[in-house]
Amino acid sequence: MTTDLEPKTDKTQSAPAELETREMMLNIGPAHPAMHGIIRIVAKLDGEKIQSAEVEIGYLHRAFEKMAETVDYNGVIPYTDRLNYCSPVINNMGYCMAVEKLLGIEVPERCHYVRVILSEISRISDHLTCVGASAMELGAFSVFLYMIKAREYLWELVEKVTGARLTVTYCRVGGVKADLPDDFAEPCAKAFEETRKVIDEVHGLLTRNRIFVDRMSGTGVISQEDAISYGITGPFLRSTGVEYDVRKDCPYAVYDRLPFDVPVGSRGDNMDRYLVRMEEMEQSMRIVEAALRDMPGGPVLVNPETGRAIPAAEMVDLAKVGNIAAISGACAKIGPTLEGSEKAVHASIAADEKRAFLPPKEDTYGNIEGLMHHFKLVMLGHGVRPPQGEVYFPVEGANGELGFYVVSDGSGSAYRVRVRPPCFAIMSALPKLLVGGMMADMVPTFGSVNMIGGELDR
Amino acid sequence: MNTSLIELVKERFPTAASSSHTYRGDETVVLRRELLLEVARFLKEDPALQMNFLMDLTAVDYSTFGKSPSPAFFASSGVAVSPSSQIPDKDPWPGPPAEARFAVVYHFYSLKHKHRLRLVVPLNETDLEVDTLTSLWAGANWLEREVWDMFGIRFRGHPDLTRILMYEEFEGHPLRKDYPVNKRQPLIGPVN
Amino acid sequence: MFDSFLTSRLDAALGWARKYSIFQYPFVTACCGMEYMATACAHYDIDRFGAGLPRFSPRQADVLFVVGTISHKLAPALKRIHDQMAEPKWVVAFGVCTCTGGFYDNYATVMGIDTFMPVDVYIPGCPPRPEMVLDGLMKLQNKIQDQHTTGRRAAAESRPDNLEL
Repeated sequence: MTTDLEPKTDKTQSAPAELETREMMLNIGPAHPAMHGIIRIVAKLDGEKIQSAEVEIGYLHRAFEKMAETVDYNGVIPYTDRLNYCSPVINNMGYCMAVEKLLGIEVPERCHYVRVILSEISRISDHLTCVGASAMELGAFSVFLYMIKAREYLWELVEKVTGARLTVTYCRVGGVKADLPDDFAEPCAKAFEETRKVIDEVHGLLTRNRIFVDRMSGTGVISQEDAISYGITGPFLRSTGVEYDVRKDCPYAVYDRLPFDVPVGSRGDNMDRYLVRMEEMEQSMRIVEAALRDMPGGPVLVNPETGRAIPAAEMVDLAKVGNIAAISGACAKIGPTLEGSEKAVHASIAADEKRAFLPPKEDTYGNIEGLMHHFKLVMLGHGVRPPQGEVYFPVEGANGELGFYVVSDGSGSAYRVRVRPPCFAIMSALPKLLVGGMMADMVPTFGSVNMIGGELDR
Repeated sequence: MNTSLIELVKERFPTAASSSHTYRGDETVVLRRELLLEVARFLKEDPALQMNFLMDLTAVDYSTFGKSPSPAFFASSGVAVSPSSQIPDKDPWPGPPAEARFAVVYHFYSLKHKHRLRLVVPLNETDLEVDTLTSLWAGANWLEREVWDMFGIRFRGHPDLTRILMYEEFEGHPLRKDYPVNKRQPLIGPVN
Repeated sequence: MFDSFLTSRLDAALGWARKYSIFQYPFVTACCGMEYMATACAHYDIDRFGAGLPRFSPRQADVLFVVGTISHKLAPALKRIHDQMAEPKWVVAFGVCTCTGGFYDNYATVMGIDTFMPVDVYIPGCPPRPEMVLDGLMKLQNKIQDQHTTGRRAAAESRPDNLEL
């Protein structure tokens, strides 16, 4: 359990005539600088070669599946954020779409686009973190700094939309929390410009860098058959040449309408995984740009009838002094934290099923029916009540197929929520990837796995 | 196309499936456990099916299914508030496997044909054992260990059926419905 | 009189030196690690506060940043790392999971790391924003400044012994 690399049985007998060699047990983790995450690997070494490796996980088991049974359907969404915390919106989306499948409802087209845009931004920031962190572990510290810089631009975008940087809880069963802000395309284009610059810089620093290439190519190799047998999906599988992407093969939301390519590798080694991830970031940006161009109906932040919107506080002030003429017919522009969930945009981001999705905020705060409606969906024991049933819904997470299997017994909280975590499958293949390689190869291999504790151990 | 997967399984193994259904487009075969290994091999190797991915393997404890207490949030104040109405279903689900506490659930996917199939193997509490699929899919190893850890279902022939997420000292299987959600068994520190 | 003047001046000088040369050990487990990275990198730049250099060996570190949920399985490892650190040492609980357990009130997680080790500064938030982390760091620096020369705590930290849970 120590953090240092302490050989346990590495005493060669000092008899010069007959040299004895022994295997060395090397314990890495649970907390180790080369592991960005909490796992433990016990490797048996012959010199520097790994003879066998045992991987122990579960250090971040937080009982997601048990907690999901204790809260209502919308209450699970914050927990899903913390599964793969590098790309929370994809988790939100997967869970919400699974519950929507169970309810048999469909969200409006614009809502699909909004979810796709946010989840692709998430995917980029996930890949940035993964590539940056694994490059740092190989000594390329500036790459890490650059990539986190780019991620910061993307998080600013996410914050603009959702109000939070990391754990956003943006999707709801039957919709999203709020619409995109009015002028989203502009900061988005700016952030992407910066991200592209960073990606170019990183290509310049790493892709032809002798040290990096030597350590990455030919290490951590896995064959197609093995990868499939382990159930590996995502960039990891694609690096072996299998063109499987849930977005293409079992399209959900509006992915079948958006232009993007699925990059594949051929050798299934660390270098290919790095290149696949780098290319996927570019493809994700393509998706977002196309989605922003194609998405229907921009947000309408004014009253469609009178075309006027007054900030809520101003409206109250006007009403206080009795200036009713000034406010009649206008709609209230509610506070910045609720922006985008007003009545005017509500229909475009929420499913047409009143028993599943919250009413617009003006109704909640403005009339008793709206308040009761809100109450019935939010209070403990009420909430959304889907019919009895079981569904499985897969989405393409940043690490591969992220599936949600939801069983409902007709009550207000899920009977069972199971996540199919993509990096669980990849981690189970880790001994296979390590054995036969050098000790030092463990670092790039583990980096390219992109192990995310929250998702692996749940 | 839709019914063909279930039909194909039923055609080849007329006695294997105790029931089958398609709910929300998910095709499901409820299977007798004796034939699991053969059916799985058939799914993997049959050219018409070619389900080369074992996507997911999990279990469900059906012991409290449909018995969740109705909300009594306002019972103390004497105000009766009935829960929200359930959203009705046009095409209802046939329900959980009858008279079985646990169900082991397998999700398969075919890379070539792009279709999915769910196998459900009901298990009685008195005999919690089912064949392992590790001989067919390497990925089954960890997934089965997790099911053992969380539900206490044994897999016959598994090479290393030990706890994976919890620690060896942990007693009980936390995802069972009778395990209280906050019953802690700390290794160090107080039980709080 | 003169003696006490000297020691208190020395205290102040030592405290000043210590608080601007923090060698932290980030014990990063979960989501909060993402915000830890953001704080440590160029944008928020924790280096401005003299805490820019993480030491990945507990024996060379003097501030333990516990970042992210601690499960019962992991608790012994964390305790051992804390024991390995040399005095004077400080502990920062980063994120609400380390402070109280957060919304993971279940069989797997520790309800706050202060149940088995002392904590100096609590930074709540799920995860805390970088600004909040920097604020917490400055609070820790004030605490270090005020500490006695030996590095021991003036009074026992953490929760009172008679607290019924």
